[in-house]
Amino acid sequence: MGEKLIYLDHSATTYTKPEVVEAMLPYFTQNYGNASSIYSIGRESKKAIEEAREKVAASIGAQAKEIFFTGSGTEADNWAIKGVAYANKAKGNHIITTNFEHHAVLHTCQYLENDGFEVTYLPVDENGLITPQQVAEAIKPNTILITIMFANNEIGTIQPIAEIGKIAREKGIYFHTDAVQAIGNVQVNVKDMNIDLLSLSGHKFYGPKGAGALYVRKGVKLISYMHGGAQERGRRASTENVPSIVGLGKAIELATANIDEYNKKLIALRDRTIDEVMKKIPFVKLNGHREHRLPGNANFSFQFIEGESLLLLLDMKGIAASSGSACTSGSLDPSHVLLAIGLPHEIAHGSLRLTFGEENTQEDVDKLLEALPTIVERLREMSPLYESVKRGNQNV
Amino acid sequence: MYSEKVMDHFMNPRNVGEIEDADGVGQVGNAKCGDIMKMYLKIENDIIVEAKFKTFGCGAAVATSSMSTELVVGKTVDEALKITNKAVAEALDGLPPAKMHCSNLAEEAIRAAIEDYKRKNGLLSECEMAGSCGRRCDDIHHDHNDNDEEDED
Ligand SMILES: Cc1ncc(COP(=O)(O)O)c(C=O)c1O
Ligand SMILES: [Zn+2]
Repeated sequence: MGEKLIYLDHSATTYTKPEVVEAMLPYFTQNYGNASSIYSIGRESKKAIEEAREKVAASIGAQAKEIFFTGSGTEADNWAIKGVAYANKAKGNHIITTNFEHHAVLHTCQYLENDGFEVTYLPVDENGLITPQQVAEAIKPNTILITIMFANNEIGTIQPIAEIGKIAREKGIYFHTDAVQAIGNVQVNVKDMNIDLLSLSGHKFYGPKGAGALYVRKGVKLISYMHGGAQERGRRASTENVPSIVGLGKAIELATANIDEYNKKLIALRDRTIDEVMKKIPFVKLNGHREHRLPGNANFSFQFIEGESLLLLLDMKGIAASSGSACTSGSLDPSHVLLAIGLPHEIAHGSLRLTFGEENTQEDVDKLLEALPTIVERLREMSPLYESVKRGNQNV
Repeated sequence: MYSEKVMDHFMNPRNVGEIEDADGVGQVGNAKCGDIMKMYLKIENDIIVEAKFKTFGCGAAVATSSMSTELVVGKTVDEALKITNKAVAEALDGLPPAKMHCSNLAEEAIRAAIEDYKRKNGLLSECEMAGSCGRRCDDIHHDHNDNDEEDED
């Protein structure tokens, strides 16, 4: 179409920053040595990995030796949860989580349930929040792990992580948080927040895909997940993906350096979008908490229309976004996150997630605000559900 | 993921709207499963002379609705009843496997609209009176949705 793409799907993934790519490049063609080797290009790789580890650690207030590189955020989640569960079986078999975690956490918990573990799925409220009290009340003598996401990938809700961490620490229960959406968007400090394990993923903050890390507080009992060589101090076997690790380090350094300024920018884009959409379009609902949400996340449900159709028409206008409708997930149900906040199926099907990022401008918001009302109206005109509304009967 | 034809019918749907004095109207699916189609037919001397639709649903649902209105016009009632979802999908140069269930709506909507026409004109056979045409959302969806790929982030 020739027009500039307006990318509003940064929670799905981001582009990789040129500086990050540049930092990675030498480790493909020149410094390609195996980090376990003794010769100089091997030592170069080892050094680069350790520098990246320092950067990741510094950005979340951890020590370098508490950071383990993984192949993704999903792997970090799997390792944290299964790793704690199997290492602490003698102590207990109960895990506490929420009903709206990412599937990397949810399906891992379900897997453990089939293997003799007991899982409590705390229900979030209509804004997608859980309270520290809910967590406290769910703790039992056999509880060994609390795993609660820092920020939700669909509706952006940010949980009271520090308060939950405090409760967990007081009770001597390990606390894991999936911070894949939070890193680079929200200030995270594992010490202040009493976090024992934390998952992160490079491609959500302008780093490479397939590069993640797990923070494991010193002293936490965790089984090794990948068996083989002695890499990552014997905890995660496999020849280190040096370019990706270097890219992850560079990206997290950039993302956390200017986080306050970046937040301010995203919040301006988000808030204008939310205010204008709510004003311009009737029969719309904002999903997620108005304040406790990711700076770049706006999530709406438009009544009487379906999300995939909305995405296709937005795409025609050069706008890339996502939806939690059943027809976009390939399953029969709309997203479990939208059902968890109590949306009826028909409202959940009409959801639209817009997630802003670094390259977005107010002109992008202008274009969005110009296109969206027309598209929504067009789909409503086509919708049999809208007919009765127009005739004055809103009980659909 | 969609064929050009599907995108064409989605972007420029044929016969959207209502027929005020329709001879048969049928609505199938429900909002719970994410796709609803309502079809209006004008029938003269046993021949479908006009068809219109309204659809709440994904790209595949809109495109199959549009295509099925094109397919029924000019057909006799009996011929129209023989239109299968497979035929509608083929006329659209195919649908992604995960989307086949959405195309079932079209066949169901044609049936429902014709059933309505027959009922209004006293043409229903006893078996049809028993209501076997009104298959529900679950039946429509479950037989084809064997695809559980999920994209997520
Ligand atoms: C909250 C959350 N957890 C985990 C993941 C999985 O991360 P990855 O894609 O690196 O496996 C994602 C995104 O995909 C996410 O948004
Ligand atoms: Zn569909």
